[in-house]
This record gives sequence, structure tokens and C-alpha cells, in this order.
Amino acid sequence: MLDGIMTGLTTAVMPFNLLMVVVGCFAGTFIGMLPGLGPISAVALMIPITYGLDPSSGIILMAGVYYGAVFGGSTSSILINAPGCASTVVTAFDGYPLAQQKQAGKALALAAYSSFTGGTIGAIVLLFAAPALASVSLSFQSSDYFALMLLGLTAVAAFSGKGQVLKAMIMTIFGLMIATVGTDVMSGAPRFTFGSLDLIDGVSFLLLAMATFALAEVVMTVLKGQHKEEEPEMDMASLGSMKLSKDEVKEIAPTVARSSVFGFIIGVLPGAGATIASFLAYGLERNLASAKEKLKFGKGALRGLAAPESANNAASTGSFVPLLTLGIPGSGTTAIMLGALIAYGIQPGPRLFIDNPDVFWSVIISMYFGNLVLLILNLPLIPYISRLLVIPRPILIPLILFFSITGVYLVSFNTFDIHMMVIITVLAILLKLLNFPMAPMLLGFILGGIMENNLSRALTLSDGSFAFLWERPLTLAIVVITLLVLLVPLISPLISRAIGKRKTSYPGPEAAVTEGEG
Amino acid sequence: MSFKLSAAKKSTILATALAGCLSAGASFSAMALDSVHFLIPGGAGGGWDTTARGTGEALHKSGLVDTVSYENMSGGGGGKAIAHLIETAGQKQDTLMVNSTPIVIRSLSKVFPQSFRDLTPVAATIGDFGAFVVRDDSKYQSFNDVVADFRNNPRSVKIAGGSARGSMDHLVAAMAFKAAGGDPRRVKYVAYDAGGKAMAGLLSGEATVLSTGFSEALSLAEAGQVRILAMTGEQRSDAAPHVPTLRELGYDAAFVNWRGFFAAPGISNEQKAEFVETLRKMYDTPEWETVRARNGWAETFKPDAKFVAFLEEQEQSVGDLMRELGFLK
Repeated sequence: MLDGIMTGLTTAVMPFNLLMVVVGCFAGTFIGMLPGLGPISAVALMIPITYGLDPSSGIILMAGVYYGAVFGGSTSSILINAPGCASTVVTAFDGYPLAQQKQAGKALALAAYSSFTGGTIGAIVLLFAAPALASVSLSFQSSDYFALMLLGLTAVAAFSGKGQVLKAMIMTIFGLMIATVGTDVMSGAPRFTFGSLDLIDGVSFLLLAMATFALAEVVMTVLKGQHKEEEPEMDMASLGSMKLSKDEVKEIAPTVARSSVFGFIIGVLPGAGATIASFLAYGLERNLASAKEKLKFGKGALRGLAAPESANNAASTGSFVPLLTLGIPGSGTTAIMLGALIAYGIQPGPRLFIDNPDVFWSVIISMYFGNLVLLILNLPLIPYISRLLVIPRPILIPLILFFSITGVYLVSFNTFDIHMMVIITVLAILLKLLNFPMAPMLLGFILGGIMENNLSRALTLSDGSFAFLWERPLTLAIVVITLLVLLVPLISPLISRAIGKRKTSYPGPEAAVTEGEG
Repeated sequence: MSFKLSAAKKSTILATALAGCLSAGASFSAMALDSVHFLIPGGAGGGWDTTARGTGEALHKSGLVDTVSYENMSGGGGGKAIAHLIETAGQKQDTLMVNSTPIVIRSLSKVFPQSFRDLTPVAATIGDFGAFVVRDDSKYQSFNDVVADFRNNPRSVKIAGGSARGSMDHLVAAMAFKAAGGDPRRVKYVAYDAGGKAMAGLLSGEATVLSTGFSEALSLAEAGQVRILAMTGEQRSDAAPHVPTLRELGYDAAFVNWRGFFAAPGISNEQKAEFVETLRKMYDTPEWETVRARNGWAETFKPDAKFVAFLEEQEQSVGDLMRELGFLK
């Protein structure tokens, strides 16, 4: 194995391959920044270029484009609330509020540091354990995925602060309902398509996120007339400082470390991927936060930005485990890369790192350089990129509209999607005016589809019996954690009240936790 | 559904050699098409997309077609593009739409109201078979073992596939077990939303057999994690001569998943003949060989009338099976 790593290292440091890393990262970041154009489009664009390269260089280029796009996607999420790609939708939850609070510079820098850490930790784990991790990829069966998505849904329990819980739940269920539109995989029957051809493939997640976030936000701005008032205010000041204080670093460090490892593991599972990882990491971070901090989520919490950003980059690195060691693509993007590898006559699988050590290890080693390149490339660019906010609103708003709509159209090439975006946007604006939060709907939608598929698969496999919930240890463990997450907040006030009765002067559960901004 | 690859190839070579000699004379420019516009009913990176772009690349680089353009239009499982091609047929004289077996299945199940009869079938160009795959450490050594288990207890055989119930992977499995004398409705088909995920389901041990495409199965088997028990061709493939066909094992079933091209309805016979001739010539160009090898495609050229006859035959057999499975009334 050490021989292999050395071969990989020599391949990876070849000047041409280093150049490919830089080119890939640059192209990926740039395409990723455009709203709606994510890693799939970026990697697909690279296919014709890679034909002329040798396998290592080609895959190094594609990998660079892939994690570059995930890296760059956060920029438009933070600055204009228009997610660059599916896996950076969650980044907008707290990133955009930060930018609105004139902390765009800090938000972008934090996203860059988190992405860098996530990607680097992922690459380190990959280097030391890639062949061994194959078994992790295969340890999850349908029932486990179902339980995991169930656990993810608990994140919504306290999604939107006080008094909003009911609204958040309604929106989650709304999201679950939208996820049922389209062809049901298990029966093959179309559901809730109203006889329309265009709904047979269901609703795309990116379309939903674009409509409810980018478009609804922009139209709201116009409706409120902000485009006239705020112009003089939007000055250089909007960038804010890029520096994080010591306390902030202290607050973020555990989050980034946790989310990186967690995101990597989710990425290794072929049935999950970077988008799921970002949602789950965000939910995990919320559940771990103190009651006081929970209220800040969705309003510009640094932890709420760091968690999904570390997780999605770690997950996209993790998705190379099933791709390289099993030949199983976990996402559309890695499926394209698998196609490219096979076109080179290289079959990914358990023997790849023995048969083609140069390809296997050089790709993994190139990821270190890649993440470093991304950081070096992105940090100095932040002041320039965030000048985007200085663009006068009358110009910026049409630009956002244009890029959001073309971004979604360029994925499907179906004009119906544009009509659907408009309808969803109108609906989202109405719901926003009534103070319904949008994030829980996206959570319900993305987790709901996978949850339902896996549940019906698990039920088919077990001939309709729900016994899998307690018969498989892994499933059982996740279900128990889910129940704990749900029940502890209900029980803990009772417990602390019981304690509080003994210590009469104690004010309540919230003060019991002294963790926080210190 | 018989097609003899080697014989067809020989005659193709002859025909193109002849055509080549003739066109070397005066009529070369008359034989090269000015432009072909490829209509792709799905998004970038999918099977239809690679087929159209690969074919376009070969046609253009070999000089058979001067300009090649592409248009992706997804929606409705391909129905959107079909409707578009029919509606705008008048301005689509140079358009070739790529499609494959699902056009037959989806028009039978009324996903879209049109069928291949509403278009001008030009030719099937490449094909793949179905294959049944098990984990390397599986107890099944032959497809006969699977059938024996199925006869004892149909629910014990869990068949994974990368597409919804009622689509190709499911139908191929149902076809095989029906030919083995079983009840196709009792086949326990576990649907995954992508081929890769179905493979993960097989490797994780929750499914026992994977129903997938033969070329995909070959590359998976090459990696050493799975074995191919049987394939649905008429005869063994040169790429994997050790894999038996269902017929050899005594099950009268064969299936080919073709990919091919359709033109707009109502194009002239000359135009159609030109399309057919251009595609026929493509097979002998080194540019096509590059594209074909890169993608691992198997050639199966069925032009014009042969294509139509083949489509009718497939519609009949797939339709019978779907009726039996209860997908059609």
C-alpha cells in the first residue's frame, strides 16, 4: 500500500497534474458560484476535455471541478440567497442572514475555512482508510437509511424558535407531500401528477430551493420597495470584517470537526450524499446547541453556517469511497465520473488500488492540494466577490432572476420547470407573508423522498412486516437515538423542574446550560 | 427477436465498401449530409445523451455530416421530446431523436399517448442485453439454482433493479422467471432509484439477485465483486464467452435493449434513406470505433423496415408480459 501511495504521490505532483488541480478548482468554483449550476453541470462540461488526457489527470481534473463546485456554491447561497448547488442550500439558512447583517465577509471566510477543513479531514481519512471504508458503504441497508432519514426529520422539532414550531411542522409535512409527486418507484404508478407528463419525474430539489429562496426573496425585496431605499446604504461597509474573533473560532472549531467527520461518513453511504449530509449536519448542530443558541439558528448563527459547509465538502470527498473502491456512484456527479473512468478502461472496485495505484492514490493525494488551492484561490477573492452586493439593486435583481431561472432550466431543459418555479415562488411569497418558514419544507422534501423509497423497499424485502425496525441492530440503534432526540426535550423540563423544586431559586432549564458565546 | 451480429456486420462492410468506392467518384458531396440536429429527450450525462453525442461526434469527425447540433429536452420520460418532434415536424427535417426500449414500454403503459408509429423510425444502432448478477460469495452457482429457489418459495428470491416497477429491469426478470415456468407476478422485485444504488443493495446483502444491463454487469464483474449467472442474448457474447444465455439454460426468453434514432413524421423517403445510409457508413469509420470502444457499446444495426418489424415484435412480447403482470388491461 505504501508503494502505491508513493506512486500516487509522484503522479500527483507532476506539474501537469498540479495544473489540472488548479484548473479544475478554478473552473469548479466559478461554475459552482453561478446559481443553479452545480457539480453535475460542471463535471459534465469537463467530459470532452478529459478524453485527451491520461486517466490520472482526467480524474484529478474532474475531482477538482467537483469539490470546487461544492466550494463555490456557498458563495451565491450566502450573498444572494440563491443556492449555487443542491448541497449548499442549507448554507443559505444562516449564511444569507449573516450577509444581510453586513457580515458577508465573515460569512464567506467562515464558509471557506469550513469547506477547507471538511475537505482536508475527508482527504486524510480517505488516504488512511479508503480500502477499509468500503465495508462502511455497504453496512447500510434500506431500513437503516429509513431510520437515518427519520432521525434527520427530528431536526425540525425545534426549527424555527418559539411559537413557530407548529408552522415549521406544517411546512415539513408540506415538503413531505411535495416529495410524493411523481412516479412511485415501488409500484411504478404516477402519483399526484394530474395527468401531466411534466410531473412524472417529480419536482426537482434545486428548483424548489431556487423558487422558495432566491426568487421569493428577490420578489419580496421588490414588493417591499427596498430596492429604492437601500441603495445609498449598500456601500463598502456591507462586506464587514473578514476576521473571526478568538471566541468565535473557539465556538466554531468543535462544530467544524464534528460536522467534517459526520459529513464524511454520510458521504461514504451511497444512498445519501452531500446534500443529505449538509441537512443532517445542520440538524445535528441544532440538536446539540443550547436552548439559547437554538434561537439563533436561521438568523445568522455561525455554527449553522459552519456545520453544513464542513459537512458537504467532507461528504463529497467521502463519496469517492464507494466510487473508487466499489464502483458504485452515490450521486449523479460521481456517476458521470464513473463513466469517465470506465471510458479510460479502468474499472473501479476493490482491486483498483492494486491494479491502478497511480490513479487511485494520485486522485486522493490531489485532494489535499485541491483544498489548499481552493482556500488560496478563494480567500483573496472574497473582497471582490462580495462587491456583488454593491451592484445597484435594479441591476442585481434582474441578474439574480436571470441566473436562477437559467440555472434550473439548464439542468432539465424543460420549459415547464420555469412555469413551475413561478407558481412555487408565488406560493412561497404568500407563505412567507404569513410567517411560515421555508427551510423545514426543503428538509421534509429532501429527506421525505429518500425516506419513503427506503421504507417501501424495506417493507417489500420483509414482506410487509415492520420487524426490521428492531431486528437489525443498526436500524434499532438509530431509531432509539431518534426517540431520545424527540423525548429528551419533553422530559428534561420535568426533570429540571423536579430538581428546581429542591433548589428553589433556580430559574429554569435555559440557564442550566452555560455554554454559549461566553 | 433474432439478429445475427456477424452476418449483419459482414453485409454492412460490403455495402459500405461499395458505397465508399462509388462516393470516391463524383457523388461524394451528394452523399454527405449537410447537417444533423440531435434531439435528446433527457438531461446531460445520461444514456440517451451519451448515445446522441457519441454518434454525433463520430459522424462529424469522420466527415459524414458537416454540422452537428444537439438539443436536450427532458420531461415525461421522453414524452415531451416526442410531442415536440411531432408538433414541429415541418421544421425538423434534419432532426434525429435518440431513444431506446423504454419508448416501447412507456407508450404501452400510456406514460405518453404517442408510440413509435407516430414517428419515422430510422435505425437501431447499438444494443445491450439484460443480465442477472449475484454477489461473488452467493450460494447461487447457476441461474438454475435461482429458479429452483424461486419454485420452492418465490418470496425468498429478492431481485434488485435500478428502475421503477414495470420498467425494464423488472420486466426482464419477470420474463426470465415466466420462461422458467413460474408466475411472473410473484417475482419479488425491489426497485432502487438508480443502477448504482441497486448494486449497493445487492452488495449490502439485502437483495439476492441484481437485474441489470449486460455491459454494466461486465464491468462490475471485472472488478471481482459479482458473478454474472446468465444473460438475455440469443447467443453468448464475445466479451464474456463464459456467461450462458437463458436459452441455453432451457428458458425460452431473450431480450435486447436497443438504442436508436427516429426522425420527424412525414419526412421524405429520400431523406430517410440518406439518414440510414449515413449511419450505415458510420460503422466502418475509425472515429466510430473510438467512440464505441470508449463506451463499450455493442453494435446492432437494424435499419428502416427491419427496425419497424423489430419494434412491433418487441411491443407484442413486452405488451403480453405487462398484461400478465397487471400493468396493462
